[in-house]
Amino acid sequence: MSSDKEPLFSAKNLKLITTPIGPQNPITIQVLGICSALAVTAKLEPSIVMSLSVVFVMVFANLIISLLRNTIPSRIRIIVQLVVVASLVILVDQILKAYAYDVSRQLSVFVGLIITNCIIMGRLEAFALGNKAWPSILDGAGNAAGYGIILIIVGFVRELFGSGTLSFPGFGTFQVIPQAFYDLGYVNNGFMILPPMALVVVGIIIWIQRSRDKSLIESH
Amino acid sequence: MDKQGNTYTFLYAAAMVIIVATILALVSQGLRPRQVRNELVAKKIDILQSVNISSTNRDAVDVFNRYIGENTYVVDFQGNRVSGEEAIDIDMAREMRKPLEERLFPVYEVRLDNGELKYVLQMRGNGLWGPIWGYVSIEDDGTTIFGATFSHQSETPGLGAEIDSDSFQNQFKGKRVFNDAGELVSVDVVKGGARPGDPHAVDAVSGGTITSDGLANMLRNYFSGYEQFLKNIERESYE
Repeated sequence: MSSDKEPLFSAKNLKLITTPIGPQNPITIQVLGICSALAVTAKLEPSIVMSLSVVFVMVFANLIISLLRNTIPSRIRIIVQLVVVASLVILVDQILKAYAYDVSRQLSVFVGLIITNCIIMGRLEAFALGNKAWPSILDGAGNAAGYGIILIIVGFVRELFGSGTLSFPGFGTFQVIPQAFYDLGYVNNGFMILPPMALVVVGIIIWIQRSRDKSLIESH
Repeated sequence: MDKQGNTYTFLYAAAMVIIVATILALVSQGLRPRQVRNELVAKKIDILQSVNISSTNRDAVDVFNRYIGENTYVVDFQGNRVSGEEAIDIDMAREMRKPLEERLFPVYEVRLDNGELKYVLQMRGNGLWGPIWGYVSIEDDGTTIFGATFSHQSETPGLGAEIDSDSFQNQFKGKRVFNDAGELVSVDVVKGGARPGDPHAVDAVSGGTITSDGLANMLRNYFSGYEQFLKNIERESYE
């Protein structure tokens, strides 16, 4: 895309995508959506699928709410938002059940929990209700990507050190740490499989991010 | 029309609900056949897993046909075969609502590569948050457990959900359903650890007491449901 025509990918619009991935990341800066980040990241595969599902739900929820924003009666706007998000989540759940049954078994409860993912409702209220369709799509994609990237990093670290493998949707599980290591006495860190380690990994990511970008540190 | 008025709000809500309901109903109808097929394949994978045959989504149907094929049937509480019922189609959730004496019990006979015959029994019970279910395979002596696989809908990950882990399921190998006097004892799931060498108990999953108790109940329940059937197998093995 050329940027001489103002609309689509102007600098202002691009920022809608890049800010939530970096300096306004929903997980590491706003500390939203932590519950699902802890729950699904024991393996890489469900982390990736969860991220993609959230991208789908978030982009379309933002788009639909943005298109409807001038018709929604303000007294029931939260209900309308919930109905839109819930229907999209049910769609994702049904599609997973039909085309990725194993993953849907693993994610079972958590797909339903996308409905309560605070990031989604937050973006609908804060952005989609007051902006045009295209910026809303970008904002949704950006925030979902910011959420997804953290999920994938955490899932990667936890599976690698917790199980010694990496799993990808559609490709199965690969043994990454060679058998020779185990023969020499290397042991998988079982603690990595448990939810508390997700919190520690997220904490380390926050630490690294803040040490690289000092402007993120609050002054006290 | 006044966009903040009651009439508009009601009409808006009503229209939204109708549109959403239509879309979801259509999608659900359209994807149903694929979902049913997936559930059936997952069931076959579980059944095969209980006799230590691993299969994947792709080959489960073939493997199932090779080892089990048509050797499935349904028995009643007296251990007699019930004709006109397909084992794989039995809705365990519906059977659960009947009294034990009136339930139907599916049996899958597996002929392993080495010629040994195993009987896979199907079970269902309640965990902490939702249903749990499983398949237990029994040797042709009618009492020794050859393998077991359990699954659950929504037990707590890392705690109750551990019932589907290999380390928990492997404990069941070699356990016995009947004692030496031929009385039904079932296999208990013991909190704090089973006595070593106890043929009727396994260790519970730590932190998953209610799930473990639910699993023990399920085993007791269904072993007494299958009791007559298992005794018939044992008698046949002498003849």
